[in-house]
Amino acid sequence: MVRPDRGHRDDGKSFKGPAKRSQSGDSWPASQKMRKGVKPAVDENSEVVKTFRIFQSELDAKHDKHERLVKLSRDVTIESKRTIFLLHRISGEEDKESLIKEAQGKIQDIQASRLQRIARELEGEDPFLFHRAVSPGLQEYIEAVLFLCYAAERRLMGLGEVRGQLEFRVPIEEGEDSKTKDSSKPEGEAAPDDAIEQGSLPKEPPSATLHRTLALYVSPLDYVLGVADFTGELMRMCINSVGVGDLETPFELVAFMRELYDSFQLLGNQPGREFVRKLSVMRQSVSKVENACYMLRVRGSEIPKHMLLDAISSLPDSAQTDFDT
Amino acid sequence: MAEASLTASIFSEFNEYLTNDQDVREEIRVAVRAMEQTAREVMTTLEGIHQSAGLKEAPALCQKARKLLETTRSQFAELQKKVPADQYYRFHDHWRFVSQRLSFLAALIVYLEAERLVTREEVAHLMGVSVRKEDGFHLDLEDFLQGLLQLASELSRLAINSVTAGEYDRPVRISNFIQELNTGFRLLNLKNDSLRKRFDGLKYDIKKVEEVVYDISIRGLKPASAGGGEGGDEPPTSSTGAE
Repeated sequence: MVRPDRGHRDDGKSFKGPAKRSQSGDSWPASQKMRKGVKPAVDENSEVVKTFRIFQSELDAKHDKHERLVKLSRDVTIESKRTIFLLHRISGEEDKESLIKEAQGKIQDIQASRLQRIARELEGEDPFLFHRAVSPGLQEYIEAVLFLCYAAERRLMGLGEVRGQLEFRVPIEEGEDSKTKDSSKPEGEAAPDDAIEQGSLPKEPPSATLHRTLALYVSPLDYVLGVADFTGELMRMCINSVGVGDLETPFELVAFMRELYDSFQLLGNQPGREFVRKLSVMRQSVSKVENACYMLRVRGSEIPKHMLLDAISSLPDSAQTDFDT
Repeated sequence: MAEASLTASIFSEFNEYLTNDQDVREEIRVAVRAMEQTAREVMTTLEGIHQSAGLKEAPALCQKARKLLETTRSQFAELQKKVPADQYYRFHDHWRFVSQRLSFLAALIVYLEAERLVTREEVAHLMGVSVRKEDGFHLDLEDFLQGLLQLASELSRLAINSVTAGEYDRPVRISNFIQELNTGFRLLNLKNDSLRKRFDGLKYDIKKVEEVVYDISIRGLKPASAGGGEGGDEPPTSSTGAE
């Protein structure tokens, strides 16, 4: 940033005065920090300026959309985490059903509000262009859905099913319910901004059907990374179940987790760096659960139930790791 | 054991997906490599302008470079066949670099020929791709802008070499041009990404050209016809630069 005096003086003399006064007001965003105020006098009619105005609006539209998606994705993450916490409160058959009901309600909420809005934002876009904005939220959501499915039915939900839940039938006509209005508004706002990108994008003709399907694309990689996070929840579930004196669930869980872990290992490191990192975290969860099961087998008969949890959590391998990232 | 088979099938499906993905990437890589080769050839041709006699041959060099650049049309068509529809951005990283490079080369050719800024449409046309996202294979705006920033560094180098070759009016015109480019870029609200980083380098290119202009003007080397102050608002002369 340190510029020699000479250059500085040159610039200052020729441009600083007039250019700054005439143009700095409207055209330069505050974030651009060219501190010296070197603003060559190029008028608004110049071809270059005109072209860059177009670029500006195109980039701004893209960044705005990105920001909106990041925000939605963050909300999805928070809500999904809450659902997961809710499911961890299941401590026996009595409260299981009501908690699962509640969790299902929450998931449906997430789908209907946030995820559908994401789907709307992404309509007609290349799903991978904004992948980085929505991916964290999606993964967390997948984790929650998988956990819910496992808690209720003791099985792994497939990608097809996850995708199936993210297909929305949306009314095409101006709906009277607030949901339609709500979600169609941002689109209306975005339209002028995206004029260049979306202006002539053929929307499905409104007269064709009353409903159309709007699908939120879930990439297989996101799904698999969601599964990896899900095993962390299984580990917690295992430790919790020991805490409440359930001595069968841990063995059921350890078998299931091993199976997942085996499948993951088969994939090796092809899916990418993020996957490899999650795989090593997964390994820790699995061995934690295995140790817990070992402890149950060996000492379960001699230790009073209320002390088992202490015994398990004092195992050497029980270092806390961050599973939610 | 019903569970086991279900899990296994989920993962074998994913494995298949990965394998396909790798295959597609491999093919894309091959196609991109050919394009990089072309880009290097064009670059080598255009390097000639920095030779002391080179500027006079600029029109001829440009013509040659244009010819070479034409091969990228078929190469892009080839690449396009390998990228599944609607998945442009999934594989974009593979050709991001080369499309920036080609944007730069096209911009340089157009600048040398007509001393004006290339339009995105022209670049897209040269490469045989579309401008708009909706039409599938297109020229990404950020790639195009990156190409323009590369042009600025190349021109700052050309300013120096043209003085060495005895052409004293060119740096002034280059200075005007880069200033204009800078004005354009400052209209953009850039995020803190690679484009922003590259743009932050533009000021050094400007500074370099300004210094050249300063040097020649204090020594009275600057021809009177080339206009007033350094980087002043005199319109660039529309000669081909061959004189």
